[in-house]
Amino acid sequence: MIPDLGKYADAVLSAYAVSIALLVGIVALSLWRGRRVRAQMVEAEKRAGRNG
Amino acid sequence: MRALFLRDLVLALRAGGGFGLGLAFFLIVVVLVPFSVGPSSELLGRIAPGVLWLGALLACLLSLDRLLAVDWEDGALDLLATSPLPLEGVIAVKAAAHWVTTGLPLVLAAPVLGVLLNLAPQGYGVLVLSLALGTPALSMIGAFGAALTVGIKRGGLLMSLLVLPLYVPTLIFGAEAARRAAEGQDPATPLLFLAGITAGVLACMPFAAGAVLRVNLR
Amino acid sequence: MSLWEYANPVKFLGLSERVMPWLWGFAAACLGVGLIWGFFFTPDDFRQGSTVKIIYLHVPAAFMAIQAWFMMLVVSLIWIIRRHHVSALAAKAAAPVGVVMTLIALVTGAIWGQPMWGTWWAWDPRLTSFLILFLFYLGYIALWEAIEDPDTAADLTSILCLVGTVFAVLSRYAVNFWNQGLHQGASLSLDKEENVADVFYIPLLVCMAGFVLLFLALVFYRTGTEIRVRRTRALIAREGRGAAAQVEGA
Repeated sequence: MIPDLGKYADAVLSAYAVSIALLVGIVALSLWRGRRVRAQMVEAEKRAGRNG
Repeated sequence: MRALFLRDLVLALRAGGGFGLGLAFFLIVVVLVPFSVGPSSELLGRIAPGVLWLGALLACLLSLDRLLAVDWEDGALDLLATSPLPLEGVIAVKAAAHWVTTGLPLVLAAPVLGVLLNLAPQGYGVLVLSLALGTPALSMIGAFGAALTVGIKRGGLLMSLLVLPLYVPTLIFGAEAARRAAEGQDPATPLLFLAGITAGVLACMPFAAGAVLRVNLR
Repeated sequence: MSLWEYANPVKFLGLSERVMPWLWGFAAACLGVGLIWGFFFTPDDFRQGSTVKIIYLHVPAAFMAIQAWFMMLVVSLIWIIRRHHVSALAAKAAAPVGVVMTLIALVTGAIWGQPMWGTWWAWDPRLTSFLILFLFYLGYIALWEAIEDPDTAADLTSILCLVGTVFAVLSRYAVNFWNQGLHQGASLSLDKEENVADVFYIPLLVCMAGFVLLFLALVFYRTGTEIRVRRTRALIAREGRGAAAQVEGA
């Protein structure tokens, strides 16, 4: 399946691996933080609604 | 304005921070270089202009966090902000005082330390000239950095991170001029660039620094 | 109906809710198609061998690293001039994405440079300016993190962004003057002569589009997160005050 990369296979594969890992990392980090913040906000809103 | 300038000078002299510390740091950096790269005089002579420039830059950086922090802590900065002198003027004067207490001694000490590093004889004049042209920009950029981080506790490290990238153009042209002169080439082009950057920084940076300081004093 | 309507956080969140699924979808599609096309279905370059495939990551990341800074500059200006909170938060949201792009460009560049130039790193103007850009990003983010009051932080960072832009451009030219480079010229330009060949060009464009869309999606999402952080903080502050009032009443 993987095309013949010749003698530079390591370089190409590691470049792809590092880049995709970094991209996935920033996306995952953003989503994780976004979720947490959203939950916190909903909770704070609920409390604010209850108290007045 | 003159009163403020004199006051800053006197304070720096009395505290012994400005003159003494910056110069001593510069001396130590230069002395440590041969220990780290070896005593070969040919190698030292080749890297001397760069080392002297880097040492001067770091020595300049060292005293920056005291530039505004003291006045910030004791409230003098708030008084200055309410005085008729605009904050842009205040910061420019403070940068000038910083240059006189830190930059100028470094410029004067550089040739002496050049001897220690076996700098080529034709390099001295341009080295001093390039430092004299470049260090005012270092002080002014540093004042901007100090104004940015003045409200932050232990902002010294952060300030280095902010200020050092801004020093890059000055360092490149200054060290390039000194290097070219030491190797017997014509240093005019980098010197002109260096002078241009310094002139631009001196003209524009007080406004940026003043704006930043106003935000911090709000 | 003007663009400034979306400076209202609620309007902005509404817009981003509607736009984001499309952005994520198209970003994933473009990246998927472009990278798979580039990786599996393009020929090797006759000089560079298979390493030419790194271009599909390296060039778009480098492009986005610069565009991200440019976008931060624009929204910082909007914040300074019109004082819309959303724009300041968008600048904050974009910076870490820019760092990641710069990092990808640097790392893939190093991995590419090793077999091609025989070295991981050279003090070449382009490489050096990217390293300097990376430092600027780090300083910018560090300043955001260090200041507690969000409005002060927004003001200071936007001024830093303006000053930083001037110095980044200056450094770019200074570095050019300082050393001649190994790096080739622009891979993408309107001048057809300089361009990379068509076989590489089209998948590269798809990848660029993918990176742009991914960047936009991330910025929209992260800006939304920052707005919610703001709102939560305001709610909690109000709650604290309410509790204090109750205590006083009793």
